[in-house]
Amino acid sequence: MLNDRRARIKAEANRLSEFFLTQGALPVEAASLQPAETLLDLYGEDIRARAYVTHDAINGEQMLRPDFTVPVVQMHMNEGAEPARYTYQGPVWRRQEAGSDRASEYLQVGFELFDRADPTASDAEVFALFAEVLAPLKLRAATGDLGILTAAVAGLDTLERRKSALARHIWRPNRFRQLLDRFSGAVPVPNSRAKLLASLEKTGVRDLISTQGTHVGLRSPSEITARICALQADATAPKISSAQVALLNGILTLREKSSTALASLREIERDMPAIRCAVDRFEARLAALAARGINVDALDFEGSYGRTTMEYYDGFVFGFYAENRDDLPVIASGGRYDALTAVLGQGRSIPAVGGVIRPEFMLALSEGAP
Amino acid sequence: MTIKLGIPSKGRLQDKTFDWFRARGIELSRTGSEREYAGAVTGVEGVELVLLSAGEIPRELAAGRIHLGVTGTDLVREKTPNWAQTTTELAKLGFGQADLIVAVPRTWIDVDTLDDLDAAAAQFRADHGFRLRIATKYHALVRDFLRDRGVADYQLVDSQGATEGTVKNLTAEAIADITSSGDTLKANHLKVISDGIIHRSQAVLFRSLTADWGGGNARNFGALAAKIARTV
Repeated sequence: MLNDRRARIKAEANRLSEFFLTQGALPVEAASLQPAETLLDLYGEDIRARAYVTHDAINGEQMLRPDFTVPVVQMHMNEGAEPARYTYQGPVWRRQEAGSDRASEYLQVGFELFDRADPTASDAEVFALFAEVLAPLKLRAATGDLGILTAAVAGLDTLERRKSALARHIWRPNRFRQLLDRFSGAVPVPNSRAKLLASLEKTGVRDLISTQGTHVGLRSPSEITARICALQADATAPKISSAQVALLNGILTLREKSSTALASLREIERDMPAIRCAVDRFEARLAALAARGINVDALDFEGSYGRTTMEYYDGFVFGFYAENRDDLPVIASGGRYDALTAVLGQGRSIPAVGGVIRPEFMLALSEGAP
Repeated sequence: MTIKLGIPSKGRLQDKTFDWFRARGIELSRTGSEREYAGAVTGVEGVELVLLSAGEIPRELAAGRIHLGVTGTDLVREKTPNWAQTTTELAKLGFGQADLIVAVPRTWIDVDTLDDLDAAAAQFRADHGFRLRIATKYHALVRDFLRDRGVADYQLVDSQGATEGTVKNLTAEAIADITSSGDTLKANHLKVISDGIIHRSQAVLFRSLTADWGGGNARNFGALAAKIARTV
């Protein structure tokens, strides 16, 4: 019985693969064992809690692939021709939290598109393909655009250091909020920071460091001094204005149908011209989606969508959900990850967008509620 | 069918555990030669003493191979991610107090909070090309804590002992370890991050929820529980 179910999931996966192949995708494979170092550098230490790490005295740490995106991007950067459409199918492995009944091994079918010519058209192509193959399941699609948020942060009228700190934590909403509260003066500077800055009025940085005793470790006194300078600059810099915080909050809390969201973003843009290019791209994407038959007047858009997924999406993001089935997580998801190709491409990069589908959930849906 | 009580096979933790039980009318003792890991229990029926490494007691409790066990809450949380489903605390024993903390060199005058540590980690990665290294043996507890607090751009490097020395030896930039007095930290030129207390640990008598409590064990446990519930 169990094997019968696995066979049906596999059949569903094959049907999806067939669909992507007929759309002109090249089938690709990836090794199950991936070097852990690459994934750790990309996702940070958190990935250890979510992926299986194996220890090998000779080859070092390896990870059972937690997704296909990284190996597919690496393969493309090494040997791919442009433009390229790839599809893949296979198991991925994710550790689940204690008490969870989610599977730790499951099939994914994916489609990735690497094309420099017209990124918004590529976004629309990928989304429309997913919408088409998922159409019989009548799912709700959610979309977002991390490019707008990134542009808004980059356009804040404040220190570069503050902007890069915020940009670095876009994918950690709580931390992002803490930093914004600090930079806008909503939360005071911690006592210890105030005391440190006060003692630096009287004592030089080097002297203050040497009063702490023996220096140990690789982080050098000049690195400490550099950060002290940054702290001093931060202390004297004006706060991020409440008007700018309100504009940023306006983007973060935006939840509207896409065509209405566009009007709201144009409104925000009048006071925050830095987001103009990003909003232009959003508008062009909506036109490209409409040209592919997607009704953008009914397509949900959320300003914060995609902020809590694994951090590599940096533009258009989407997910497909089964309404009234809270027992099922997202059925399909994807987005744009241009920056990832730059990180893995060692100096080269290419605009890229793609997504994955979980065939077992499609099967669960077509079989009806449990 | 007996109740298996797991206690640390040596050291201060064992001595204090013996004292704690003795004060409640239960005599635990080593039997055989000094080096033999065997013990006896008097003062309560149907309880067998099992001497184990303190680090293995959490796993044995979770698996239900022992019914009761004395170990630190730090070890239970680190080694058994589903500890809340597999064990329950019967009594805090009032000794073995130690805090799992994050510490950095004292000369890092720019780092007092986790907020600072996160900023320093970003800067360190940009300057050195690799993620700031934190030496620890408490991988799960430290990782969960830092993720929850939004610290990024660090890596955990394994250190099973003499962790405070890793910074001087240039194998780590910071550490996360158990400390009780703070003397070892001080001697190794380290300071605790002010909001970097990950867990306050102490020795606890745990009850396994997965062990077999049927038959005579239920009755014998009742008698044992009545004795240990006594205030001393």
